[in-house]
Amino acid sequence: MNLTGSREIAAPRAEVWAALNDPEVLKACIPGCQELTGSPADGFEATVVQKVGPVKATFKGAVTLSDIVDGESYKISGEGKGGAAGFAKGGADVSLADIEGGTELSYDVEAKVGGKLAQLGSRLIDGFAKKMADQFFERFQVAVEGPDEEDDEVTGDTPEEKKKGWLKRLVS
Amino acid sequence: MPKDNGIGASSKRREDVRFLTGKGQYTDDINVYGQTYVHFLRSDVAHGQINGIDTTAAAAMPGVVRIFTGADFEGIGGLPCGWQVTDRHGEAMQEPGHPVLCQGKARHVGDPIAAVVAESAEEARDAAAAIEVDMTELPAVIDMAAALAEGSTKVHDDLTSNLCYDWGFVEENKAAVDEAIAGAHHVTTLELTNQRLVANPMEPRVALGDYNAANEEHTLYTTSQNPHVIRLLMGAFVLGIPEHKLRVVAPDVGGGFGTKIFHYAEEAFCTFAAKAVGRPVKWTSSRSEAFMSDAHGRDHVTKIDLAMDENGKFLAVRTDTMANMGAYLSTFAPSVPTWLHGTLMAGNYTTPLIYVNVKAVFTNTVPVDAYRGAGRPEATYQLERVIDKAAREMGIDPIELRRRNFIQPDQYPYATPVAVEYDTGNYEATMAKLEEIGDIAGFAARRAESEARGKLRGFGVNCYIEACGIAPSNLVGQLGARAGLYDAATVRVNATGSISVMVGAHSHGQGHETTFPQVVAEMLGIDESMIDIVHGDSSKIPFGMGTYGSRSLAVCGSAMVRATEKIINKAKKIAAHLMEAAEGDVELANGQFTVAGTDKSVAWGDVTLAAYVPHNYPLEDIEPGLEETAFYDPANFTYPAGAYCCEVEVDPDTGKVEIMSFAAADDFGNVINPMIVEGQVHGGLAQGIGQALLENCVYDENGQLLSGSYMDYAMPRADDVPCYVVDHSCATPCTHNPLGVKGCGEAGAIGSPPSVVNAVIDALHSGGHTHVTHIDMPVSPSRVWQAVHGG
Repeated sequence: MNLTGSREIAAPRAEVWAALNDPEVLKACIPGCQELTGSPADGFEATVVQKVGPVKATFKGAVTLSDIVDGESYKISGEGKGGAAGFAKGGADVSLADIEGGTELSYDVEAKVGGKLAQLGSRLIDGFAKKMADQFFERFQVAVEGPDEEDDEVTGDTPEEKKKGWLKRLVS
Repeated sequence: MPKDNGIGASSKRREDVRFLTGKGQYTDDINVYGQTYVHFLRSDVAHGQINGIDTTAAAAMPGVVRIFTGADFEGIGGLPCGWQVTDRHGEAMQEPGHPVLCQGKARHVGDPIAAVVAESAEEARDAAAAIEVDMTELPAVIDMAAALAEGSTKVHDDLTSNLCYDWGFVEENKAAVDEAIAGAHHVTTLELTNQRLVANPMEPRVALGDYNAANEEHTLYTTSQNPHVIRLLMGAFVLGIPEHKLRVVAPDVGGGFGTKIFHYAEEAFCTFAAKAVGRPVKWTSSRSEAFMSDAHGRDHVTKIDLAMDENGKFLAVRTDTMANMGAYLSTFAPSVPTWLHGTLMAGNYTTPLIYVNVKAVFTNTVPVDAYRGAGRPEATYQLERVIDKAAREMGIDPIELRRRNFIQPDQYPYATPVAVEYDTGNYEATMAKLEEIGDIAGFAARRAESEARGKLRGFGVNCYIEACGIAPSNLVGQLGARAGLYDAATVRVNATGSISVMVGAHSHGQGHETTFPQVVAEMLGIDESMIDIVHGDSSKIPFGMGTYGSRSLAVCGSAMVRATEKIINKAKKIAAHLMEAAEGDVELANGQFTVAGTDKSVAWGDVTLAAYVPHNYPLEDIEPGLEETAFYDPANFTYPAGAYCCEVEVDPDTGKVEIMSFAAADDFGNVINPMIVEGQVHGGLAQGIGQALLENCVYDENGQLLSGSYMDYAMPRADDVPCYVVDHSCATPCTHNPLGVKGCGEAGAIGSPPSVVNAVIDALHSGGHTHVTHIDMPVSPSRVWQAVHGG
């Protein structure tokens, strides 16, 4: 499936770029990410827990950054194996542009699943991927712009209440 | 008064007592002391190179007995294919290896890579999740046309291409057919897809292997339609076990529909592993596994041309089909799109020239093989859809167009241009019966009533013919079958007159336990409750090629008749001795032996007792005991045929199709149990309607199975099907088997899809949507809506 979108972030482009390359920020923003180790140069090892339809699994795999144009764009890709649940892989082309009052972040996401995930959850994949992307960039925006006490809706898509508190702690 | 015993009685299905009270004994109900459980780790990619399998962590997990990978099966035979098709150039089909566990490569989602044998099913499953498979995903070929394209990725590196065979039938007729089509008054052309289906028997597959080291005997309990066939294929070709050391038991089986004919890797694995680990090994398929490991059905893409003269007389038929084989050749896969399909392209009509081309294609999908009807539904669907389109183009009523082309009752035996000879039939009679029971005359009023409610009502009709009673061994041998297709029965009469009949047919829903005794009861004139059927165990029955192709009664039933005739002959000798009469004067009726022209008689039980207590017995002439075996090899196929019609309502706003009525007029020849025959037709119709409206097995472009559960694979439910009107009174008995029977198991599934689609097209035309000439199955609301709105 493919998904494109963009988001306006009230921060200078350099700041947004730095956040895009910060493992701590990525870890906080990838929905369900339990662990993320490594560096932009060498790539990351990630553990992500996610539920697609009836299939819940822990995905372990590599996250790599490629096609890096410093300060402007990169491709972030990941491939996770979920054991009996199958696999998920995907990537996003992310690019930044200066706009008035901040930076426009554009993304073009591609996602693919296999095994039981595809067998049981194929109808749900499009919606799931959209939700994942929305959550990621919502969180990313908050992480860069700083906390907005007025706006609890930021995490409205997150199913588990406790994550709200966790996110706020992280970004404050 | 209707009969209550013997042939023609609607005896209640005696097997239902145990099925409906939870007393059935299915394979999964069988547990052997000390058994272990296996879980298969299956590929989650459609095509992958296996670089390595690390089982270290998994092997250390609780309960694990042993883990098997492809390496354990090096030097072990692969799963054999039972039919070799020769292509139009005289070359044998391409036949790839089919390992029990993947050897270096996985070729479809669900291909078994490793197997964990553990103390419990849960421990086996948990350990399988801990196996590390280092696999490089390769490009997958899913679409048949792409698979045949030059330079396509190959499913099998050792084959020259993904083309299994390019079959032409009848090749010598090709030029004449092309010429007739080129010069015809009118040619109707239709391109259509007969979509891939999953059989979905209620009981998933199960295999339980057991090995007795003391006498080196293997036992396999399995969900099979044909235990002797499994014994032959697995014993001789996979594991090298001689027949006398291999017992195959198929107990109660909860539906087969073709998909339990075939020999599967899991059967060979459990048999092999039971010896390797020294304990019984059991596998029970989950529903998810069934979707990706049971052989699928259909999956043909066809272009058909029908040439006619100005009066609508059929001059020639030409078809061009791609048939999906999947990643490997399942047991009978090559025969389905060829000899079970091309030979039926004459249908019920006198078309003089026919040419069928079939390209069978390997793709990275689950293997495809016979599913209820197997080749004949595909033939019927394309022929009856193109006739319907032709009727519309020619402005001829669809029933009238068919009538103009029917083979007439005085033309039998009728040799078609596609190699088969119909022994008997009367298509005009079933069509006339259909007009009556389907109240076709009343359709206009019903359409007006539907229109008043804002619905479009359509009427669809079709004929069908099938080749059943599979099959004459010498003929199928010439056509590439690697087996004989006779059957066998032993009639064992006990001392007190009760009878056990050991039959090679296997009952998994067909009601043999009820109907077969009716035949013997009729022949002997005794109550059918005195007779029981034994089936499904290679150690108990003489031999058997099993149940598929609507063959059980026509072939195995005929063997049973022959064995019973032998019993009667011997019993008459005994009776003659007891009555001191000439053997030729002894008659048997109503369970009594009498001497013509005298009042002498002895009862059935007196004779059977004498056979086992031979105090007064012609021992110098005949042996004691009363048990006879017969093998029967049919002289020809049987040709059930009929006419079906369907009325639908289409909601023009949503595209939703509702079936309002369905009528079926069948010619099954003689009928043993009318109630069971009707039930068989009902079940077939439900599956045909399921295909027409609901079912669809879908892969994405990467070979992921998208319709792998009941959330996405739509099975027909009770409210999807109407209250059927069925009739089988227009019987022309088969001329070459002793019962005059033709078979009824597949007819409903073969005959129903075209009527449904024809009716939908008719409904749309009545609403002015005349640009819609075809909608591929399943005719879902979205497809109807898109067809109407030009999407």
